[in-house]
Order: sequence, then C-alpha cells, then structure tokens
Amino acid sequence: MSDEEEDIILSELSDDELVLQMHDDLYDGLKDEITEGVNILLGRGWMPYDVLTKALVEGMRIVGIDFRDGILFVPEVLLAANAMKAGMSILKPLLAETGAPRLGKMVIGTVKGDIHDIGKNLVGMMMEGAGFEVVDLGINNAVESYIEALEKEDATILGMSALLTTTMPYMKVVIDTLVEKGMRDDYIVLVGGAPLNEEFGKAIGADAYCRDAAVAVETAKEWSARKHNQTA
Amino acid sequence: MTNLLSDLLSKRDWLVADGATGTNLFAMGLEAGEAPELWNVDQPDKIRALYNGFIEAGSDLILTNSFGGTRARLKLHNAQDRASELNRIAAELARECVDKAGRSVIVAGSMGPTGELLEPVGPLTHDAAVEMFQEQAEGLIAGGTDVLWAETISSEEEMRAASEAAANIGAPFCGTMSFDTAGRTMMGVTSRGYAGITGTLPASPIAFGANCGTGAPDLMRTVLGLSEAAPDAALIAKANAGIPKYVDGIIEYDGTPELMGDYAVLARDAGARIIGGCCGSKPEHIRAIRNALETTPPGGRPSLNLIREKLGEFTSADDGASGLEAPKRERRRRRG
Repeated sequence: MSDEEEDIILSELSDDELVLQMHDDLYDGLKDEITEGVNILLGRGWMPYDVLTKALVEGMRIVGIDFRDGILFVPEVLLAANAMKAGMSILKPLLAETGAPRLGKMVIGTVKGDIHDIGKNLVGMMMEGAGFEVVDLGINNAVESYIEALEKEDATILGMSALLTTTMPYMKVVIDTLVEKGMRDDYIVLVGGAPLNEEFGKAIGADAYCRDAAVAVETAKEWSARKHNQTA
Repeated sequence: MTNLLSDLLSKRDWLVADGATGTNLFAMGLEAGEAPELWNVDQPDKIRALYNGFIEAGSDLILTNSFGGTRARLKLHNAQDRASELNRIAAELARECVDKAGRSVIVAGSMGPTGELLEPVGPLTHDAAVEMFQEQAEGLIAGGTDVLWAETISSEEEMRAASEAAANIGAPFCGTMSFDTAGRTMMGVTSRGYAGITGTLPASPIAFGANCGTGAPDLMRTVLGLSEAAPDAALIAKANAGIPKYVDGIIEYDGTPELMGDYAVLARDAGARIIGGCCGSKPEHIRAIRNALETTPPGGRPSLNLIREKLGEFTSADDGASGLEAPKRERRRRRG
C-alpha cells in the first residue's frame, strides 16, 4: 500500500483539512465519517452553526452542483443526504440551544390525488442540507392541509410536487386559495415534478418551477434573499 | 421458449404496441388519486373499451391495466390484499378482448415501479421487491397474459427484481425503462448502460427498450443509443405524445397523430421492432402510427438532425452517455 492510500485519521487533520475531507466524505455518502467529523469539530470548540454551514451545507452544495450538472444521480445524492442527516441529528438540538440564524422554513408535500414521493423527498433532503427547516406533509395533500401547516409552522416557503398530469392542476387550486385568503404574498411558492415545466409554473401563478432538487435549493435561496431584502 | 411475441417477431418486421393507459382512463372519468387497477373490478366495461380502442386502432400488443398493481402501490389505496385478484382480472379482460380481435394480438402484463427505493439507496430489499413482482406476475399469468412487461423502471435493481420474478415462474419477459433525466433514467442509467445489463438479467428479455420519458425526440435519441449498443436486439419504443400543456384548467399532451406517425417511422428506421405510445397517446395516435409504418418505406438510420427536424428539439444537449469519460470532480485522497 502506498502512502497515498493509507487511511486518513480524521482527528489528526487540521481544521481546514478536516472540513475539506468532510466535503469529500459527504460526496461519497460516508455516514460514519461525517458523524465522526462533526463530533471532532464540536470537540475542538466549533460553534454548531459553523459546523453546519462550513462542513455540511458547503459539502451538500458541491453535491447539488454535480447533481444539477448531471455528474451525480439520485442514488449518490440519497447516500450523501443520508450522511448529512447523520451529522444533522447531532447538530439539531445544539442549534436550537444556541439560537443559530435561520434561512427559512419550507412546507412541502405532494398534491391531492398524487401518491408519488421520491422527488419530493429528495427536495426536502437537499433543502435541509442547505440549512433550511423542512416540514414534510407527505403525499396526497388537500389545500386545507397545506394552509394549516403554513400557518402553524410559520413557514416562508411552500413546495408542491406532482408526478401526474392529472394532479398538476391541483397546484393552481392551492395557489388560488392562497390568493383568496390574502396569503399568497406571504410565501414563496415553488413547484416541481416530472411532467411540469416553466410555462406551467407561470400559468398557475407559482413563483418558480424547479427542474430538480438542486435547482429548488438555489431558487429557494435566491427568493429568500430577495424577500428578506424587501422586508428588512 | 415459444410464445406469441417471439413468434410474431419472427414473422413481422415491426409490431404496433398500444398507447397510454392512465391518461385515457382519466379521460373516461377516473378521478385523480383513484387507483386505475380498481376499475378492473368496478368499471370493467371501461377497461374493455380502453383495450378495444387500441385493438381497433391496430395494436398488435396491448398492455394490461395493472401498472400500479404491486402490493406496494395498492397499499396506498388500502388494496394491498387484492394484488393477485386485480392483476388477474386486468389480464382476463384483455384476454377476452384480444380473443375477439380476429387476428393475433398479444396480452402484455404491465408491471410498473413499486414506487419505493431499493437497496442500497433505499429501504426495500431485493427479496421483498421480487416477492411483490412475483405476486403481481402470477396474477397476470393466471389471467391469460402472454408476456410480462416491466415498464417505466428507473433503477437497474428494480428491473432485476422484476426480471427475477418472471424467471421464477418461467414466464416470458420484456422490460422498458424511462429515460427522463437529460437522457438518463432518474437513477442515472444510460441507454447504453441498460443495453449492457439486459444480458445479465435473470429472465433475458425477448425485447427491451424505452417508454415514457420527456417526449418523442428524447426517446428517439435513447433508441439510437440502445440500437448502437445492441444492434441485434428486438427494441421497444413507446414515446409520450408530446409534452403536457396546461390549457384552460386541464392538461393536454401536444403531440398530434401526425407527429406520432413520423416518430414511429423514425423509431423503426432506428431499429425499434415494437412501437407504440405512452402518456397522452390515444387510439387516434396508434392508428396514425400503424398507418405511417404501413405506408412509409424503410429509410436509413435517422440522424439527430433529422429527429430534431421532424419531431422537435431535445430537452438536453446530449443523451448523458457521451460524457462518461469526462474526469470526475478532483478529489482529495481516497479513504481506505
């Protein structure tokens, strides 16, 4: 075995080296290594929020770019998201204690009549990976359940998914109801799903159609920043 | 193994498959969220009408109304314990219709994805997936299915599980994947990648290919990739009738019968032997496909430019297989 292939001892790496190594380990979906890395950084006195943003979120950002560009595919992204989740489970309680800044909160669900959830789950994971809070309503959601969750959770983003051409129009029902109730402008509304396209998103009054999970994250960040600047 | 499909393929240059099941049932009044498979029992006349519509339009092969007939899908409608019954009746109704057709029409037993992620990326084990497909397959065969037909599959693992179920009961098998993500399946399989694994499946497919995806141009590019990698295989092409558009509150596929006729000729010239439609394809589209295949003399292998000219733009720059040699992101040291 050459020197280059020797096992890397995470605890012997400098902070900078370790963070870079964690980006690689997220890319490779190495759950145990991510757990270990998070614990080492915390043990060295890092703030939970810094571990989240510099190690995990940045690592998932790279995964997202390569997913968007067709270099990684769903299987690799799922493994990376699982590794990220392992790290997040350590950080979550600590983040709550330390009052870390929040990016935004998304309520996400597949629309009424539609029982598909792989794409929606992927968006949820990537959004968490980017540091958003995510409330997943699951499949087959009526307009009432979206509205109840948006209000109860004090969310900033609504994400709706549909995989059937027959269920896509229901997204408009939800958006129209938000308009009727005078709530539409309180939320960023993102839609996605295999049969959708940009034209459809515009036609039903969504803020944006997101082609895939990586684009959903980019769009959510962009719109959240814009919204923040408007209200600040 | 002798079976009707192999027999017809040995006698004919091409066979016409059917069009959409789901979108046509919705047009007949199926409500969004309702399981189409329940109509096999609750609305058998409508299922017969669906089958007969395609038989009359000229289909040589029809798919049973059993796409979501695995226990995993039916569970979402609390009908998981009816998997065997619903699949059997889907096939029985098809059998009844084709037996009255007055010509040879194949009953292909549709088996769609379980909707769950298989190991290693998801929780569904290989054995559990095989068991679900086998339960469905046994029902389909008991109802008179000629050939099992896995479709819209996106992962190699799931195709393997469906194929193993067919092998376990000694049934003939075909399989198509949906290449809907920049030329690849959602799980990253390329056309060449799929062609490469077909020989290693437990039940070697009589025919294999592509269905659904994102419209006829992309599907044609996939067929070119498949035929390049497997020039001697019997290939299947089932393209959506265009892409869905939102018009006055309802969704319509924008592909005309003429466009589907052009697509069918290109698919045949690219090497496909079984040609039909998927989402949005009505009997009128199938009639146009049959007519175009009968009246247009065979041409040379179509170029990407010809496909673009006849069918419209591709949705991505390439089919995802050309960049395979490109270097991956530069990495730090690999970990042992």
